[in-house]
Amino acid sequence: MLLTERERLREELLQLIGQIGRDRSALLPLLQEVQRKYCHISEYCMQVIADLLDIHPVEVHSVVSFYSFLDERPQGQFVIRLCRTATCDMAGKDHVARQLRNDLRIGFGQTTPDGKFSLDWANCLGMCDQGPAMLVNERIFTRVTPEKVHGILAECRQMFGAHATSSPKERQI
Amino acid sequence: MDKELQPIGSETRAPASQRSRTAELLKHAKALGKEIDVSIDGNSVTVPLGTTILEAARELRIHIPTLCFHEDLCLAGVCRICMVEIEGQRTLQSACSYPITAPIRVSTHTAKVRRARRHVLDLLLASHHGECYICTRNGHCELQALAAEYGVDLFRFGRADRPRYAIDASSHAVVRDMNKCILCRRCVRTCIDLQEVGVLEALHRGQHTKVGTFMDKPLADVVCINCGQCINRCPTGALRANDLTDEVWEAIDDPAKHVVIQTAPSPRAGIGECFGLEPGRPLTFQMNTALRRCGFDRVFDTNFAADLTIIEEGVELLLRLQRAIVERDPAAVLPQFTSCSPGWVKYLEHFFPDYLPHLSTAKSPQQMFGALIKTYYARTNRLDPKNIVTVALMPCSAKKFECNRPEMCASGFKDIDYGLTTRELAKMIREAGIDLPKLEKSDFDNPFGTATGSGVIFGATGGVMEAALRTVLELVTGQKIENFFAHADIVPLRGFEGARYAEVPITKVGPVPALVRHLFPDWNWLRGATLKVGVCHGTANAKRVMEDIRDGGRFSHCHFIEFMACPGGCLGGGGQPTPTSPAIRAARAKAIYSEDHAYSVRKSHENPAILRVYEQFLAAGPCGHESHELLHTAYTRRGKYIA
Amino acid sequence: MTTSAAVQTTTNRLTFAAIEAGQGLNAALKQPPADALRQVAFSGLRGRGGAGFSTSLKWELAAKSAGERKYVVCNADEGEPGTFKDRVILADFADLVFEGMTIGAWVIGAAHGIVYLRAEYTYLRPHLEAVLQRRRDAGLLGSAVAGQNGFAFDIAIRMGSGAYVCGEETALIESLEGQRGEPRNRPPFPIDTGFLGNPTIVNNVETFAWVTCILAKGADWFKGLGTEKSTGHKLFSVSGDCARPGVYELPMGITVAELLEEVGGEAAKAVQIGGAAGQCVPAARFDRTIAYEDIPTGGSVIVLGPQRDLLRMSRNFLEFFLEESCGQCTPCREGIPKLLEGVELLQNGRCSMTYLEELCGLGETMQQASKCGLGQSAPNALLSIVEHFQDEILGRVVAKRPPARRERTA
Ligand SMILES: Cc1cc2nc3c(=O)[nH]c(=O)nc-3n(C[C@H](O)[C@H](O)[C@H](O)COP(=O)(O)O)c2cc1C
Ligand code: SF4
Repeated sequence: MLLTERERLREELLQLIGQIGRDRSALLPLLQEVQRKYCHISEYCMQVIADLLDIHPVEVHSVVSFYSFLDERPQGQFVIRLCRTATCDMAGKDHVARQLRNDLRIGFGQTTPDGKFSLDWANCLGMCDQGPAMLVNERIFTRVTPEKVHGILAECRQMFGAHATSSPKERQI
Repeated sequence: MDKELQPIGSETRAPASQRSRTAELLKHAKALGKEIDVSIDGNSVTVPLGTTILEAARELRIHIPTLCFHEDLCLAGVCRICMVEIEGQRTLQSACSYPITAPIRVSTHTAKVRRARRHVLDLLLASHHGECYICTRNGHCELQALAAEYGVDLFRFGRADRPRYAIDASSHAVVRDMNKCILCRRCVRTCIDLQEVGVLEALHRGQHTKVGTFMDKPLADVVCINCGQCINRCPTGALRANDLTDEVWEAIDDPAKHVVIQTAPSPRAGIGECFGLEPGRPLTFQMNTALRRCGFDRVFDTNFAADLTIIEEGVELLLRLQRAIVERDPAAVLPQFTSCSPGWVKYLEHFFPDYLPHLSTAKSPQQMFGALIKTYYARTNRLDPKNIVTVALMPCSAKKFECNRPEMCASGFKDIDYGLTTRELAKMIREAGIDLPKLEKSDFDNPFGTATGSGVIFGATGGVMEAALRTVLELVTGQKIENFFAHADIVPLRGFEGARYAEVPITKVGPVPALVRHLFPDWNWLRGATLKVGVCHGTANAKRVMEDIRDGGRFSHCHFIEFMACPGGCLGGGGQPTPTSPAIRAARAKAIYSEDHAYSVRKSHENPAILRVYEQFLAAGPCGHESHELLHTAYTRRGKYIA
Repeated sequence: MTTSAAVQTTTNRLTFAAIEAGQGLNAALKQPPADALRQVAFSGLRGRGGAGFSTSLKWELAAKSAGERKYVVCNADEGEPGTFKDRVILADFADLVFEGMTIGAWVIGAAHGIVYLRAEYTYLRPHLEAVLQRRRDAGLLGSAVAGQNGFAFDIAIRMGSGAYVCGEETALIESLEGQRGEPRNRPPFPIDTGFLGNPTIVNNVETFAWVTCILAKGADWFKGLGTEKSTGHKLFSVSGDCARPGVYELPMGITVAELLEEVGGEAAKAVQIGGAAGQCVPAARFDRTIAYEDIPTGGSVIVLGPQRDLLRMSRNFLEFFLEESCGQCTPCREGIPKLLEGVELLQNGRCSMTYLEELCGLGETMQQASKCGLGQSAPNALLSIVEHFQDEILGRVVAKRPPARRERTA
């Protein structure tokens, strides 16, 4: 039987709900899983989740919009979050930021046209003793310098190439 | 009659932070019977453990200002205007949410409190974009009133000089101007918790927080049922009904147009509030005079159409019953649902589309009337329907949507051109320089002037069912309803419980009246049957009842259920004067029931004007083919997915 | 054994390193819950998350609270700027934390534990899951913890999604329930109406680890450390302009000067203690002590060298709060942007003395009127530099109000 993309997504969400649970407190783990897999939570996804959890779509949207690690719009395969809080600021996050902007040719809050990288600010990453700190997806980089930025991005690009062939939607680092 | 109330568990779905935990605590503590002393501004009072400071202060007649607090809604505690100082505590506490569990000393207007309240107001005013004198809520805005109360005379922290958000005027019923929103979230709690429609929620966070719809879509594109309850609870002008007074004036001013207005019972019970009267003072006949002075060519009584609805809906019910009992047709769809509340109809279309066949196909009184005016009335008065403008005065914002439904053009024209709310009419009357309460009385115009008390009680929850039972029981038993219920008051159906259930055994049957003889050869099949009916109001309760039906509960065995989208029924509609509260709604209900008593004819099928319409125009009788074309409709499966 | 990033953090000699897994738990399970609670009470341990509420009192209330289901929640949402000690504890001493949670469960009679881990620490999750599994395999979690029939307890990890305010305990519970992380009205408190309406204790990562140490080494030992009102040792996350940033275990009641000496930050002109929510202590007051009775803190210490611009820092903090406020209550949602605007005016030399006073008044209102600790502490950084660094500010204040102020745009 041929499944449309939407039906397939619904099936998948049903399966996830089977694992995580159907009550409201399962909402965040569900959203986190969808975000991890699809780099965002689509409008349709929110509606299916709302439907399956028996809540209103706007409640799901409300939750998604509240948390900064959940996105309504597609994010890049690699989400780079540079810490901007006090000590990283003191340690020179501005230089790193400039390098990132130059290398990726995008501003903060934007995604590269090829969908590989998103650039964003983060609030205190808990690496204040080793600033400036930067999170690339789930991996932390500390004592980042403008020089190091290039290497980190190159590593990502390489990894992306390897993954692109197997499962373009999955992203891992 | 076996009167039984069905308390349906009201498990709220509001965000837990906004759920009234203290109210639960209160019940618990009250059950324990424990009491506690509290001193507010030096006055002592003993209250049940868990009473909030606000409640205790009200008991002492000490005024504490509130904004996000609303009697109908669960707690929020977010506006922080109701702060008070508790002796020994570093921070101020919000009086609305603080349950008293220990003997405390509270001060409500220390320097600290006054400064904090003033700051909260200053901050709200700094981000509130809008000028009072170009606002529909000018003069009855809660923010404005507070600014006056606190003598605000400068924008201490600046002011918004340009709008942040575009106004959403996509909906026929509700206009949202989020620039005036102060984020008290009453609308959110109304929509998600009180009504359980779930269109509005807080989006984003911090300074970007705003109240929005799913993916910020226009209101017309989401599952909004247009009930307007959010408007009734908005403290400012951020939510308002789509105002059509200019269009109506234009029609009145056009000599080529014949402008007729029909007035529903609830606005008459409520409009006095717009003129400073206390709730519960009906101004039906003064309003007739005012409407004529405004320039309406004819003033008709919606109750006439309500009577018509009762007959059509009642006969439809009897037909469904006959099909189920006599023909034993498993496809006979029961229970039948009432269809006169357009908010409820849209709710069902969105959330329980599989149950659309249960909806009575009879149109609402408003639309029946519109269809008759542009056909029957036009013909008998030799008017070109194209030149007739039909205006409906309704307590309801959803009626604005209803009259714009594409299928509501049975006459070949838009059956109802404009739906006006009580508030809009009050504005027109004021604009015309008329002091409504002091006006002399005058009657409705014929040929639709005669109405019965049954039509009047449509305004209160349970009223449609009561009216329907009066008619159905008399038609079937051939006896006076007064033989069953003193003064024809079917008291078990009245009141404000969320969902009510009643059973009426039919022991005797009478001859079939002429009006419906062509449909029913006899009533013998009904002898010994027990008519089971339900009543509910507010879509949150409707949801409970629908779930009960789905799960095969007692409401699934009903034959007829009245649903009203708004809490309290039409008298609490989204077009009624603000503010609203349980006490105000109860006062309006009292006014409506007392008007019912004043009518000499109180049963729809005895209304001579109705019988005349069937004789002269709808010759095939109730549910006949003319009536089907003009007075019945079909519904749309909308579903809840949003494209 | 630990994740790479954590080991790079310098620490001094930590008590935690000397405690063997199982020691504390075994000691606790040997006695009835009430006795274990008495030990915690005797130690005088107060919450290490910042607020400093008595841990034993919280547990006692939760133990007394009626309810079949109870929850033990570990607050690992460490988001306060300048704090990273919980990361080090979780990376290196997760056993102690889980053991502390188990002891908490024993005391209050809970069967379910939840660790609320911030999204930024997702890289710690595999490690934590592995430790949990190891503990399950060793019978230290599960249907009969350490062989105690009738004591079932297990721990699940739940992730945050990037919201500082979810560190506030009621917001954390909201988040666990699948809601926006908006703090609740209190009372009722989580000890009787917590997760899903059940009695719940929420404690900091470090608090749980200390509980384990207290049961392992005895309450007397802990009580003997620190001051009378602030017993024991505390972990400090030290960053900024100092020679040896890192995590330091120091006794409560230590003076700021002593702490600076320990970390090599003697040249500081000021120290920001308690993170963005804390206060800025000027060099002249380095004799003050870090303890609940003087300067309370969750452990964040940011050392500020002579070259630092304090206004820039307070602006950074306000920007932090601007982003992280939940936006539910008026003073915080609307007040923070006004304070931030004020700092910008100050930076541009366009803020009048009168307006600055107005803003300080507003700051005090926010401290008193906000619904939760975030809004209550957001003005702290600005207020304390205005108080202590008049000269840095004053150079930038203009004598008169800017004429357009009354009608200034929002
Ligand atoms: C805005 C805000 C953020 C907080 N963040 C944290 C946090 O990240 N970690 C933490 O342990 N406590 C945090 N707290 C304190 C908690 O509300 C709570 O007091 C603490 O978890 C109690 O644990 P303790 O008694 O062990 O300190 C925060 C409080 C507020 C107001
Ligand atoms: S103080 Fe700030 S973070 Fe706390 S409840 Fe109010 S708006 Fe939310």
